[in-house]
Parts: sequence; C-alpha cells; structure tokens
Amino acid sequence: MDFLIPLLIILAKIIGLTFMVVLPLVPISVYFERRFSAVIQDRVGPNRVGIPLTLFGAKKDIPLFGLVQPMADGLKLFLKEDFTPSNVRKAFYWLAPALTVVPSLVTVCVIPFGSPITVNGEEHKLVIADLDVGPLFVFAIASLTVYGITLAGWSSNSKYPFIGGVRSTAQMISYEICLGLSIIPVLMYYGDLNLSNIVEHQSEHGWLLLPLWGHTEEFPLVEKLLFWFPAMIAFLIFTISIFAETNRMPFDLPECETELVGGYHTEYSSMKFAMFFMGEYAAMVIGSALIVTLFLGGWSLGPWFDNWAAGLEIGAVGIGGLISMGVFMAKLVAFILFFILVRWTVPRFRYDQLMRLGWIIFFEVALINVFLAALVLAAPKLGIVITVIGAILLATVSAALIWVLKISDKKEAPNSGLLASTH
Amino acid sequence: MAVVKVKRPQLDAGEKLFLGAIIKGFFVTMKHAIDSIRGKSRGAKDLASSGLGSTMQYPEQRWDDHMPEYYRGAPALVTDEQDRERCVSCQLCEFICPPKAIRIEPGEIPSDDPWAKVEKRPKEFDIDMTRCIYCGMCEEVCPEQAIYLRKDYLISGLSRKEMIHDKNKLYEIGGKRVGLVNKWNELK
Repeated sequence: MDFLIPLLIILAKIIGLTFMVVLPLVPISVYFERRFSAVIQDRVGPNRVGIPLTLFGAKKDIPLFGLVQPMADGLKLFLKEDFTPSNVRKAFYWLAPALTVVPSLVTVCVIPFGSPITVNGEEHKLVIADLDVGPLFVFAIASLTVYGITLAGWSSNSKYPFIGGVRSTAQMISYEICLGLSIIPVLMYYGDLNLSNIVEHQSEHGWLLLPLWGHTEEFPLVEKLLFWFPAMIAFLIFTISIFAETNRMPFDLPECETELVGGYHTEYSSMKFAMFFMGEYAAMVIGSALIVTLFLGGWSLGPWFDNWAAGLEIGAVGIGGLISMGVFMAKLVAFILFFILVRWTVPRFRYDQLMRLGWIIFFEVALINVFLAALVLAAPKLGIVITVIGAILLATVSAALIWVLKISDKKEAPNSGLLASTH
Repeated sequence: MAVVKVKRPQLDAGEKLFLGAIIKGFFVTMKHAIDSIRGKSRGAKDLASSGLGSTMQYPEQRWDDHMPEYYRGAPALVTDEQDRERCVSCQLCEFICPPKAIRIEPGEIPSDDPWAKVEKRPKEFDIDMTRCIYCGMCEEVCPEQAIYLRKDYLISGLSRKEMIHDKNKLYEIGGKRVGLVNKWNELK
C-alpha cells in the first residue's frame, strides 16, 4: 500500500496538469487567436457557438461567446474522412502527427504550475516530475517535434510538403542553438537547473525581468539591476527563438500557405491534421510557460501575495498552490495573447533573412551575452580593475566579431548598371 | 527643364534594426483592436456595425433599411390596380434570360373574361431560383412592365423543387404595383 499512494498522486498530477490544464489551453488559445485576430482586423470572429441545449430538448442554448467553437471544430475533424493518399510512405505518414503532439505534451512534466500544496502537513509540488535538468529536458524533448514535421514532409511524397519539411529542419536546427545559448546567462544567475527552485528564487528575490523586491546581502539590488541588461537580451533572443521553434508567424516558413499550399501538412486530413494543429498550439503553450517560468516569475506575484496565498487553508489542505496556479495561468494566457499579437503584426521573413537572423545576429549576440552576464555576475568578486579590463576585452572581442561578420556577410550586387545598388 | 535625379533613400542604422518599425506596428494593431472593441472602427457607423469591428451581425441586424433603390433581388410578377395579371406571356423574358431560369407556358384568356381583349396570359410561369443570376434582363425586356426584381434576398429552400418559384409564389412576392403605364384599360 505504501507505494500505491505516491503512484496515485503522480497519476493525479499527470491527469490534472496535462489533460485538465494544458490540453484545454490548446482550444482556448485557438479561440483567442481567432477572436483577437478578428478584433485586430475590425471583424467579429467566432462568437456564436455555445452549448446547444436545444438539441437535447431544452428551451434555450447557453451562449458562451463562441468559446465552444474549437470543440465544434474538433468534433468536425473527428467526423471527417481520414484520407491516406496511395503513394505515401505509410508507416512514417502515420507516425508523423503523433511525433509532433507527444513531445510538446511530454515537456509539460517539468513546468511548475504553482507553489506546493500541503495536504496533512505533507508538501506536494505542483509539478509532475521535479527534474534537476528542467530546461535541458524541455530542449531535448521539444527538439523531437522537428522529426514529426520532417517525416510528415518527406513521407507525404509530394513536393510542397517536402519543401516545408526541409525548411523546418533547417530552421529548427538554426534556432535551437540560439535557444540554448540565450538561457545560459539565466542559468548562471540562478545556479540551478531545477525549474521549481528557479521560480521559488524569483518569488523570494524578484522576477528576473522585474527585480524589485527581496534584496539581501547575497542578492543586492545593484547587482540585480545590472544583470537586468543581459537578462533582457537573453529574454528577447529566447522569445524570438521560441517563435521560430513553434513555427509561429514571423517564422512560419514550413507551413506558409502563400508559398507552400499548406506546408508539411498539405496531404493530411481529419484528425491527423488536427494533431499537427494541436501540436503547434501545445508547443506555443509550453514555450510561453517556459518563458514565464524563466523570466517572468512563474507562479509568483510578489512576496506579499505569495505569503498570503501560502497561508490560505481549507481544513488541512493549503490551497495556496491553486491560487498561485491561477496566477501562472493568467501570465500564460497573457503571453499567449502576446504571441498572437506578434503573429498579426509582423510579416513573414524571407528564407535568407530568417537564416541570417538566426546564424549571424542571434548566435553572436547570445554568445557575447554569455560573457557579458559572466562579467556582471563576477564583478563584485573581481574588483574594479579586473572588471574594467574584462569589459574592455569583451567590447574589443565584440567589435572584432561584428567587423568579421560585416566583412564576411558582404553581398554581391544583385544587378549591374543603373540598377546596381549604391551601397 | 533640367533633369532632377531622384536618389533612392538609404535606410539609416535605426531603420535597419527594424525594431522601431515593429513597435510602430504593435501600436497600429493594438489601436485597431481597441477601436474595434469600443465599436469605433473606421466605417463602423456607415456600415451600421454591431459594436464590434465594422461588421453587421446578420440574422439579428439586417441591411434592409440601407438597401439602395436599384437593389436587384428576387424577380416577381406584378398585377395592376384592377388585379389584372400584367404578364401577357410574350416569352421575351424566357428567351432573354441568360441562365435560362424562366419557363413560361402561354395560355389563352377565354372570350367571356372581362380582359378578353388582352388575349393571352401565362398558364404556368416558373422561375428556377437556383439558376437565376439576378441580372435584371427580364425586367428590362418586358414590354408590359409585368416582371420586376424586388428587394427580397432571402431565397432558401430545402429541396430543388422548393427553389422553383411558380406563378402563385411570383405574384405573392410581386403583389400589386400601381402607377405604371396601362394600355389595356381606361386608366391609361
């Protein structure tokens, strides 16, 4: 019996967090996407579908501002014909959709959703697997989605999906480097790879991008404010790389409708297509969860709120965890809305611009940022003289790097004669 | 006149970063979002919007009041002040109709009828609304001012058969139309 209870708790966490928190977020973000984009474009968006009680004999439907629209779409996709073209490579064709959804859902397990819940004096962390390699685990598993996309493109045995798959491979590999490099400063600052500890640290000492409370001897305000600059650079690069990783709008070259019909999922229909769709939105949810966790304080909302929430109890159950989970969800949804705003604001990159941005700009900036962060962190121990020397060295190396890039990146003039560009 | 060479403007360092332009773009999209939530999108008033964006939400709100005089909806037959069928089944509309939506079966008016001098009226007059393209040629070609395109636009049915408007239905839509030229009676 002793091993059964922890097993049940784990099972409850998996079902509760994955299937009742993250999976419902997928249709909700689809709904937000459609409504928000509609509002941006002076339209209305889906606002009709409610709960159709009249179908079951009741007098009135429950209107929910169209919130049920994604469910209705899902139902429609279930009922559609699942068509497999005859010339595809069947095994991979069937495997690909699953390979895009599953990794995104697996990465949920390291995200801390809230502060610990206490039941009978026993603390239960609101995270499925409290791994000590959180971000690394997320990168390792999330990179697997590219196999799904590439396999889908290749196994469809069709030109446009193939181009989509190839583009996706190149794009994911390029941006994973920036993704990994950009959070090294963050991890150096925390000195920890456990996401729960990272959030707890932010709860006590201020968010990484809002270090306004919890100043101690060990973490003085000046140092935190100085670290804000490398943190901000890391945040920008990380966020933009997440856009690229999730194939969102400025970087949605693997599936751009205008060039590639539908991209890698052109040949897919019914639920298989829905799984690609779901995988994309799940990746978006996980990406925003990771950003919120690393940079924006996860479930914390300042020490006053956190302490107040931690004190709340119903019977022997401390419900602070649920309240902080609400905070986390609010931040998550806000960030998803930001994702959507970006999608409907920034136009799509050209492919060479995308590669250039990844390899020539972000890669170098992330690399320099690592050293900048190291300098900022080590400054109090090194003393003024060594710090200044280090700063000068860093500036020189950066300038040299920029110079090298500028020279190596010289493009040939595309035209000659009067049409030749003048710079 | 001296030749003025126009030089293509070069992007400066700030413009090459694109960040300023992207932030400007965020302001544009957010302004649209906020305006459309407040129901103040451009053109919302003229388009009689529902209060969200510039869209009129159809089944609750209708365009009827805003419809122009020349709106071409469902074609229909009309009767005159004395309830006489204006159509004399000359079949011009049947022949002009581009999608061949009109079918007329001419009939004779019996000699004991008060309108016997008109001689003909349609026995059957069917317009297939699944074919009609609302071009208005039937109205234009009619020598008797008997067929008009009305403002009805809600033409729907559950079967092809329901979509064929017969004579009764056409007169029901058309109704009576007064003040037209009368050549068969003393009203003139």
